[in-house]
Amino acid sequence: MAARTSTARPLLDSIPVPDKIPVALIVNGIEAQLRVAPWTTLLDALRDHLNLTGTKKGCDHGQCGACTVLVDGRRVNSCLTLAVMKDGATVTTVEGLATDGALHPLQQAFIDHDAFQCGYCTPGQLCSAVGLIQEGKAKSADEIRELMSGNICRCGAYPNIVAAIQQAMGVKP
Amino acid sequence: MINFQYARATDVADAVRQIAADPTAKFIAGGTNLIDLMKDDVERPSRLIDISRLPLKTVEQTADGGLRIGALVPNSDLAYHPLVEQRYPMLASAILAGASQQLRNMASTGGNLLQRTRCLYFYDTVTRCNKREPGSGCSAITGINRMSGILGTSEACIATHPSDMCVALAALEAKVRVVGPAGERLIAFANFHRLPGNTPQFDTNLRSNEIITAIELPAQGFASNYSYLKIRDRLSYAFALVSVAAALELEGDVIKEARLALGGVAHKPWRDTEAEAALRGQAANPEAFSHAADVLLRDAKGYAHNSFKIDLARRAIIRTLTQAARGTPQSQSNKRIR
Repeated sequence: MAARTSTARPLLDSIPVPDKIPVALIVNGIEAQLRVAPWTTLLDALRDHLNLTGTKKGCDHGQCGACTVLVDGRRVNSCLTLAVMKDGATVTTVEGLATDGALHPLQQAFIDHDAFQCGYCTPGQLCSAVGLIQEGKAKSADEIRELMSGNICRCGAYPNIVAAIQQAMGVKP
Repeated sequence: MINFQYARATDVADAVRQIAADPTAKFIAGGTNLIDLMKDDVERPSRLIDISRLPLKTVEQTADGGLRIGALVPNSDLAYHPLVEQRYPMLASAILAGASQQLRNMASTGGNLLQRTRCLYFYDTVTRCNKREPGSGCSAITGINRMSGILGTSEACIATHPSDMCVALAALEAKVRVVGPAGERLIAFANFHRLPGNTPQFDTNLRSNEIITAIELPAQGFASNYSYLKIRDRLSYAFALVSVAAALELEGDVIKEARLALGGVAHKPWRDTEAEAALRGQAANPEAFSHAADVLLRDAKGYAHNSFKIDLARRAIIRTLTQAARGTPQSQSNKRIR
């Protein structure tokens, strides 16, 4: 009755290198056919296979939120998502938020409220905020702050980010 | 990350067959902890068996008035499920106290139970850690142990279980439904996670060829008098220094039934039935709460950087029981503690 532990370690060279696996994704409305290794994250697939470099690699450990994208309409950390597991999924990245050249209301609100400084966290903040508004759980500023806590801003633009989200939600700060 | 193979399970029986056939394989569902550990070379499975498409995603009422939660229900869906919000609000609150919304959208109910400790030394592969490399020693006992345990620790390991959700599940007397080659069994929540002893490499009593299929809750949800209070180094998105799940059933001012479990203090969610017994039949007042805290912390032992947790836990227990008795549970968005 031994539980499975990290100590059951296979020899590295005893595992055959697996074939690349076909994965179909609909990214920003366009169907993409990829062939990826099992360990390719959705983040690396987007950036390195599809050249969609708007999604950022910050910590690569699910702690900063820079890699946030929407998968089947839900915000997730793409750095902790294996691309092979999302075969058939619909993905929206920051590149897919604008429509016909018109900014998404959140993008416009981020500009209106100066909700960024360096901008590195912004694609993740935007995708996360789109998810937050769709979820419909955040009403107050406290709730916005809490439900955006998975997105870190090293420049500390938090008050402006909250104001921008409130504008996009149509509530007065 | 090391080289590994990838396979999908077609149903629960196929998942059990596949895991039984390969001792170095692991299941993957949400992946929020496992992929992180693989990137840090702490976990090195030869094969990932993807169970994320199995039909274990429903929340249903059971014949005895309880709730059966499919193992693959995402944490966020569970927290916002109407039956959980209405009947088991302590569970909803505990879930929302943990991680971020992105991670809760990914993480599964079953996977939450199986997440590994966030002890610094478990993650740092150049240090000694009996949980990672049995027999190598424990770096935390003499190292940076601010986040380490104060209850049920051993000479081999002072790591804590990181889950918030599991603290509420322990207090609610959940059961874990698992399936293995020999069939199905139900594990009481108190017996699911284990203390480290001399074998801290084993977090749980789940067998290596078993899969969690559901978490079951009994009918009593303590929806009127409960609170989940989490104390941490920042206001959100951090693991607990101490967390408390407290639930009371009151008759007037008298405690008819009590549940008390702590997170961030031990190798498992720390529910203490003796402390609960000390509350039963007492008036719900600060003296009774203080006595229950003394009972729960009777064997607490601090280390160089975490002795403060003993007093913190004492105060948190009293505060959480007070919130529960008043019917004013801790908000998980307005962090002011009242």
